[in-house]
Amino acid sequence: MGAVTLARWQFGITTVYHFFFVPVTIGMAFLVAVLETAYVRTRKPVYLRMTKFWGKLFLINFALGVATGIVQEFQFGMNWSAYSRFVGDIFGAPLAIEGLLAFFLESTFLGLWIFGWNKLSPRLHAATMWLVSIGTILSAFWILLANSWMQNPVGYTYNAETGRAELTSFLDLIANKALWAEFPHVIFASLATGGALILGVSAWHLLRKNEPDFFTASTKFAAVALLVGSLGVAFTGHLQGQVMVAEQPMKMAAAEALWQSEQPAGFSLFAIGDVENSRNSFNIIIPRALSLLAYNNLTSEVKGMSDIQATEAAKYGSGNYIPNVFIAYWSFRLMVGFGFLMIAIALWALLRKRSMETSWFLKLALWGIALPFLANSLGWIFTEMGRQPWAVFGVLKTMDSASPTVGSGLVWTSMIGFTILYGVLAVVEVYLMMKYAKAGPDEAVETTSSLAY
Amino acid sequence: MEGIWNLNTLWFTLIAVLWIGYFFLEGFDFGVGILLPFIGKDDVDRRVVINSIGPVWDGNEVWLLVAGGATFAAFPEWYATLFSGFYLPLFLILIALIIRGVAFEYRSKDTRPTWRSRWDWAIFVGSFLPALLWGVGFANIVRGVPIDAAHEYAGGFWNLLNPYALIGGLASLSLFTLHGALFLSLKTHGDVEDRARGVARNLGWISLVFMITFLVWTYVGHASGEIVPGVVPIAVLALIGTVPWLVGKKFVGWAFVFTGATIALTVVNMFTALYPNVMPSSLSEAYSLTVFNASASHMTLKVMTIVAIIFTPIVLLYQGWTYWVFRKRIGRDDLAAQSH
Repeated sequence: MGAVTLARWQFGITTVYHFFFVPVTIGMAFLVAVLETAYVRTRKPVYLRMTKFWGKLFLINFALGVATGIVQEFQFGMNWSAYSRFVGDIFGAPLAIEGLLAFFLESTFLGLWIFGWNKLSPRLHAATMWLVSIGTILSAFWILLANSWMQNPVGYTYNAETGRAELTSFLDLIANKALWAEFPHVIFASLATGGALILGVSAWHLLRKNEPDFFTASTKFAAVALLVGSLGVAFTGHLQGQVMVAEQPMKMAAAEALWQSEQPAGFSLFAIGDVENSRNSFNIIIPRALSLLAYNNLTSEVKGMSDIQATEAAKYGSGNYIPNVFIAYWSFRLMVGFGFLMIAIALWALLRKRSMETSWFLKLALWGIALPFLANSLGWIFTEMGRQPWAVFGVLKTMDSASPTVGSGLVWTSMIGFTILYGVLAVVEVYLMMKYAKAGPDEAVETTSSLAY
Repeated sequence: MEGIWNLNTLWFTLIAVLWIGYFFLEGFDFGVGILLPFIGKDDVDRRVVINSIGPVWDGNEVWLLVAGGATFAAFPEWYATLFSGFYLPLFLILIALIIRGVAFEYRSKDTRPTWRSRWDWAIFVGSFLPALLWGVGFANIVRGVPIDAAHEYAGGFWNLLNPYALIGGLASLSLFTLHGALFLSLKTHGDVEDRARGVARNLGWISLVFMITFLVWTYVGHASGEIVPGVVPIAVLALIGTVPWLVGKKFVGWAFVFTGATIALTVVNMFTALYPNVMPSSLSEAYSLTVFNASASHMTLKVMTIVAIIFTPIVLLYQGWTYWVFRKRIGRDDLAAQSH
C-alpha cells in the first residue's frame, strides 16, 4: 500500500475509534448535568445516586476520548502536511479556537467536578458539569466547522502567489450551511447515544430485578433522551441530505446508487450494484421518494452519477469523481436503518405500558446500546468516503494531501502502534465500563470522593 | 512586513507564551509522574502523589493542544514541516500522553495490585518520554534541521539524535523532574513531602549542570544574532543555581517559583535565539522557515488575535481559580478514611 492509502487507513481507524467516545461524552455530560440539577432542585437522594452512577460511566469513557483526541490534532501535520500547508490558513483557526474555548473549559471544570464533591456547594458543583457540557458542545461546533468547510468550502480564495487557500471571511465559515446541518446532527446523535447507553445498562439491571426504582426512573429519563435524540438526528439528517444534494450531488447519488439521472427519482431500499457497467443489477425502490427527500416535491429530477461524473470532469479535469458506491450506499442505508430502530425502541419504551417488565424488550434495549455506535461510525464513514476523491470538496484531492516526506514505513509504524494500543485500551475500557455498570449505584456512590485517583 | 511590530511577531510571541504555560504546568505533572515509583513507597503514598495533580493535569495538557492548534492556525508551514518532519518523536509523545492520561483515570478503578502497578508504569513512562523528548525536539528546532527549498524536512530520525539535542532533552527531563519534586513537596504533607524535598535537593545540582551546558551551547552555537539574548541566559543560570540552596533552607515555595521562572526564561531564550526564524534550515539559510514566510494570511492572524484577546483572560481566570480551590495539601491521613 502507498503512503496515502496507509495514511487514510490510519485516519479512518483513529477517527472512528475516537468517535466511539465523543458522542458518549457529549451526550452523557448533558444528561449527568440534568440529573445533578434535578438533585439540586429537589434534593431527592435518587437523583444524586443517578448523578454519581451515570457520572462514573461518563468518566471512564471521557478518559479515552480525551487521550485519543490529541492524535487527531497532531496527525494533520504528521500524515497530511500537504493538506495542512494548503488549507492551514482556514482549517487551523477552528482547531486553535476549539482548544482555547472548549478543551480548557471541559477539562478544567471536569477536574473540579471529579475532585470537588466536598469542596464546592451542590449548586456550584452542578454548575461545573454544565460548563463541561457546554465545553463538549463547543468542541463539536468548532471541529465540525472545520469539517463542514471540507464538505462545502466557503469564505476562502485561492492565492496563486502563496499556492494555497486563504481565508476571506471568517463569518462565512460560521454561516456555512453544511455546518448548521452537521452540528445539530452530531449533537442529537450524541444525545441518542447517551440515552441508548443509559437505557441499555438499566435494562440489564431490570432483567435481574436489581434496584427497580432506580433503574425504572433511569429508563424513563433515558428513553426521553433517546427519543429526542433519534428524532432530532433524523430531522437534521434530512436537512443535511438536502444540503448534500445541492453541494455534493455525487455523494447523494452514490448513497442512492443512482447511476443515471431520474425524474422523478425513487428511493432505493435494496440494490445490488454492477459498478463495472455503472448500473444496478437488482433494485427495490419506492417511487418518487428520493425526489421528495431531496427537493420536497414528487417531480424533481435527481442527478445520477454518470451525469455528475461528466459535469465534474468538465469542471475539474479528467479523473474519476465517483466514490466507492458500495460503501456509500450501505453505510448510508444502515445508518438510517439503525436510526429508525432507535426511534422505535424509544417509542416502545415510552408508550407501551409495562415495556420495562417484558424481558424480550429489555434484552433488545441492552443490545440496542450498539445501535448509536454503529450509526455514528457509519455516518462518518459515509460522509468522509462519500466525499472522495476530494479531501476538500472541489479544492484539494486526497491523493495530493499526504506528507511527501513521510514514507509508508513511518505510517506503518504509527498505524500499527496506534492500532495495538487502541485495541488494548478498548479491552480495558469495556472491562471497566462493564465492571462499574454491573456493580450498580452503591459501588459508584462509595467510590466517589474528593481524592478520586 | 518586517520589523517586530506586526501580527506575525505577536503570534510568534504568543506561541512562546503557550509553550511556557505548557512546560510550566505540565512540566510539574511530568515530574510528579516520573517520581511516582520513587517517592511512592506503597499504594497509599502513590495515591497521594497522583491525587496531588489529579484535578489539574488534564487542564494543563490543554496548553499543548492550544500551542499545536495556534501553530497550525498562525504558521501553517511551520506546523506542516515540524509535525511531518519530527514524525517518530511526536508519535512516541502521543503514545506516552495517551497511556499516561488513561492511567490517571483508570488506576484507581480497580484495587488489584498488578492492575495498579501496571498503570503506575504507564504513568512513569508516559511522563518520562515526553519530558525528555520535548527538550530533544526544541533543541533540534533551535539547532536547525535539514529543510529543503520546498520547506520539507529532508532529514531522517537519526538527524534528530545529536549531542546538542540530547543535552536539551536531559535539561528538560531534569528540570521538569525537579519542578515536579518541588510541586509535590508543596502540595503534600508527611513522608511524601519530605521525600520530595530530599529528591529536589539532589536534582537541583543535576539540573544545574545540564542547564549550564544547554544554555552556553545555545548561546555560543545557535543564536541567530538578530536579537541579543542579553541577560536572559544569565538570569536563567542565576535562578536555577539558587534552587538547591533554597531547598536546603526549606524555602520550597520560592524554589518552585524559581524553577518555574527557569522554564519560562529558557523558552524565552530559545525563541529569541530563533527569531525571526521559526525553523532554521541547516542546508541553506534561504530555506529557513521564518515568522513571515511560514505564516498564515493577515486576515487569519487578525481573527485569531481577536479571539485570543477575548478568551485568554477568561481561561486564565478559571484555571487559576481551580488551583485556589485545590490549594490544600494532601497526605496519607486524608486517604486513610477511604476504603479504596
